[in-house]
Amino acid sequence: MTLPSPALEATTPAGPPAGPAGRAGLAAHPRLAFVLARLARALVSLVLVLLAAFFLVHLVPGDPVRAALGPTVSPETVEALRQQLGLDRPLGAQLGHYVTGLVTGDLGTSVTSQRPVATILLERLPATLTLAGLSFLLAAVGAFPVGVATAVSARGGRRRGLDLVVSGVLGVLVAVPGFLLAVLLVSVFGVTLGALPPAGWGTPAHAVLPVVALAAGPLAYLARIVHVEMLRVLDEPYLTTARSKRLPAATLYLRHALPNIVGAALTAGGVVLVGLVAGTVLVETVFVIPGIGSTIVSSISAKDYPLIQGVVLVYAVLVLVANLLVDLALAVLDPRSTVAEA
Amino acid sequence: MPGTRPRPALLRTLATPRGAAVAAGLLLLALVTAFGPALLGDAADTRDLAARQQGASLAHPFGTDDLGRDLLARVLVATRLSVLLALGATAISVVGGAVVGIVAAVLPAALRRAVNALVDILLSFPWLLLALFFSVIWGTTATGAMLAVGFAGVPVFARLVSTLAASVAGTEYVHAARMLGSAPLRTARVHLLPNVLPPLLVNAAAHASVSLLSFAALSFLGLGVQAPAYDWGRLLNEGARRIYVDPMAAVGPGLAIVLTGVLLALLGEVLSEGGRRRGRAGGRPPRAGTGVAPAVADDAPVVDVRDLRVAFAAEDGSLVERVHGVDLRVAPREVVGLVGESGSGKSVTAMAVAGLLGPDARVRAERLVFRGIDMTRPPSPAERTRLGLEQTMIFQDPLSSLNPSLTVGRQLTEVTEVHARTLRAAARARALAALERVRVPEAARRLRQLPHELSGGMRQRVMIATGLMVTPRLIVADEPTTALDVTVQRQVLGALRGAQRETGAAILLISHDIALVSGFCDRVVVMRSGRVVEELDPRRWQDATHPYTRGLIACVPDMTTDRTRPLPVVEPEAPDDAAPALDPGATDRSGRTGPPARPGRPGRPTRKGVPA
Repeated sequence: MTLPSPALEATTPAGPPAGPAGRAGLAAHPRLAFVLARLARALVSLVLVLLAAFFLVHLVPGDPVRAALGPTVSPETVEALRQQLGLDRPLGAQLGHYVTGLVTGDLGTSVTSQRPVATILLERLPATLTLAGLSFLLAAVGAFPVGVATAVSARGGRRRGLDLVVSGVLGVLVAVPGFLLAVLLVSVFGVTLGALPPAGWGTPAHAVLPVVALAAGPLAYLARIVHVEMLRVLDEPYLTTARSKRLPAATLYLRHALPNIVGAALTAGGVVLVGLVAGTVLVETVFVIPGIGSTIVSSISAKDYPLIQGVVLVYAVLVLVANLLVDLALAVLDPRSTVAEA
Repeated sequence: MPGTRPRPALLRTLATPRGAAVAAGLLLLALVTAFGPALLGDAADTRDLAARQQGASLAHPFGTDDLGRDLLARVLVATRLSVLLALGATAISVVGGAVVGIVAAVLPAALRRAVNALVDILLSFPWLLLALFFSVIWGTTATGAMLAVGFAGVPVFARLVSTLAASVAGTEYVHAARMLGSAPLRTARVHLLPNVLPPLLVNAAAHASVSLLSFAALSFLGLGVQAPAYDWGRLLNEGARRIYVDPMAAVGPGLAIVLTGVLLALLGEVLSEGGRRRGRAGGRPPRAGTGVAPAVADDAPVVDVRDLRVAFAAEDGSLVERVHGVDLRVAPREVVGLVGESGSGKSVTAMAVAGLLGPDARVRAERLVFRGIDMTRPPSPAERTRLGLEQTMIFQDPLSSLNPSLTVGRQLTEVTEVHARTLRAAARARALAALERVRVPEAARRLRQLPHELSGGMRQRVMIATGLMVTPRLIVADEPTTALDVTVQRQVLGALRGAQRETGAAILLISHDIALVSGFCDRVVVMRSGRVVEELDPRRWQDATHPYTRGLIACVPDMTTDRTRPLPVVEPEAPDDAAPALDPGATDRSGRTGPPARPGRPGRPTRKGVPA
């Protein structure tokens, strides 16, 4: 195992790099450098994702076409599908075809429904985006008051009973996976009480249970992060300084404490947002929502490779966009985080 | 974590209620995994078409499935497959991650960065998407899903291992081992492995919980275990189809998943906490009023403290008294130094005077008054305003005591805006003037800057300028120059002196540095172990009678100090805190020895990296 030499570490500056002339301009603008670095990373990720989606079919052991059609189909049919998917051509030509297709918005044709993959995805994307977006909103809006209030009341070991109850409830919510909560919600509110539609999509009432099922875990997780971070900040010397100024409680917590947890909360929020995007797969399946989450499951079961490639690509791009949005928000709201990384 | 020894801590943890519960749960899980299929396999597979799709009943607590098989038995039998698949996936993640992490650590720097960047990118994708991706490749079977879930966790452990290896490799003892000529492989085996393994195991336990849930999710989606085999996810999938008729069929396997997931997550937490227990602080006792007349005469003492006792809650819940009956008076405009080694209670005393001790502190005093305000009670709104305007604080580390997210201007102006209702523009003008008076260059630009953009000395002058924004009667300065180098110390003390002259405030200067205090203060109060041992006129050190004070003085070096003799030290405190003895070589002032003597500050970190 190679060990970093102490001399090397000592020469690596913690602040903005005093690099050669080309980087001197960026060093003066750590935020810009941070954003550019993250954009570059997203671009590299995108290229990797495209390659991964393309090679997905080739990575399947054995003959993917035979696997998709099953053992009973005639060799002619297999060959026909192979030609339709372009798998008979050389790898370089396939890649070229794939990339030009992407540029022109052609993601291929679904094997099972014989419809263009791009059309299917565009039909189904809105439901998934709505579901993930509403859930994130609920999680973010709900987590801050809960986290801040519990931290303020529990500081220094006060109100241990309340603290235990709240942290217990949050802990359970974090531990229960979204799809289990979804099943439970369907059972209680959809079936037993009959208060809300247990499945389907379209009206606001249809969205309530899926959004709650998807948001509960992330909300609890985020609230715990806010709680822990708030407890840390409340013990910081600068909060003692602020207390020595005898500021009103609202000023103390909102102006002095809250901005200092934004960085951590945003980073955790990024994890939550990305998790929500993935969580739609399970929740859509439980509530039979016509989004891309239920599409990915059905296409994997049916070995519909063009559709799988398309959905994987869309999900990956959603994750990249979510990460990028969080990074941009960090650059705007928590400039120190960008300094530390530049 | 370097240097932790897991085993004794683990045993101690098992003795806690949570540790015992986790151990019992694990034992139960292991028993069901081992013997479930043998004992209940028949019950789980016995078809009874007459009793198919029954709800929960005494005979079938979870109901029966399409073929009339008992669901409770099936859930228990499914434990083995569910647990083994989750453990298998976790093993793949840990081993794969360790291989990637260690290979990355051995690779040349450029390749290592490339591998780390790839791991970074993979980590930005949620496990479910990675698992779905891999399940396309390896097929929707139990083995395929195990590989998929396992590979989805590889980046997590690759990152963990490379971070751990790097952090351990950067520690002093590894550097020391290298300098002593230890071979790289030996260093890795002796120093890296023992320190990397415990956190790796802790994370593996926590990750087993994630694997279990992932597996349940894949099987639930129909992409994992396929009939006729069944794990919890598969049972949940079958139960969920009947949820409109019979919720128990889905709730049963769901319970098993959640309970086992929580158990494994708790195991991770218990392992990582080791024997560390959360400190239990007692509730804040009701504060006793001391009944003080509100009128404040101008010549009345600014601070009047009699028999101040401060206790803190210890880990076991008992109270530990840290300040044992301190008397302290500060007259208007008086500069009082509070001197003592760390742990002498001087800071706690000052914070009690300011009413800023945390909720875990228990303050009692016959009298604890700041200009007519009883500081043993929470202040009334009017008293808060007066405290905001009449007391200002300066702390040791100006970086951590300024809010890193707020501009200097905002932190200066808010006191007057809040308490004196000054308009923002007027407050800003005043802040500009205050910064100029403490000689902060380019004051207008500084107002818009964040604290981290300022130098250490400048930050401390900003703190002092905060005092100039109001009309302080008392400036509490807690080691205001300790974090600064000597030249800057002088400038900061000059600024503090200027602020005191300008506002007519009294100063309570807390310091371990008797030389600094003697040049600055009108009166010096020496504290040790929570008691005042002596009060002195700093111009008449030779009058010091208490041996501890004389010891402190003896520790101060000057130009005539004999540098060939060992450093004088203040003797560790006698158990009953009777008159402390001194190092025999240091009792006589003329016998002072050795340079950098900082009396009684063992192990206190200094920011500039100078060993104290």
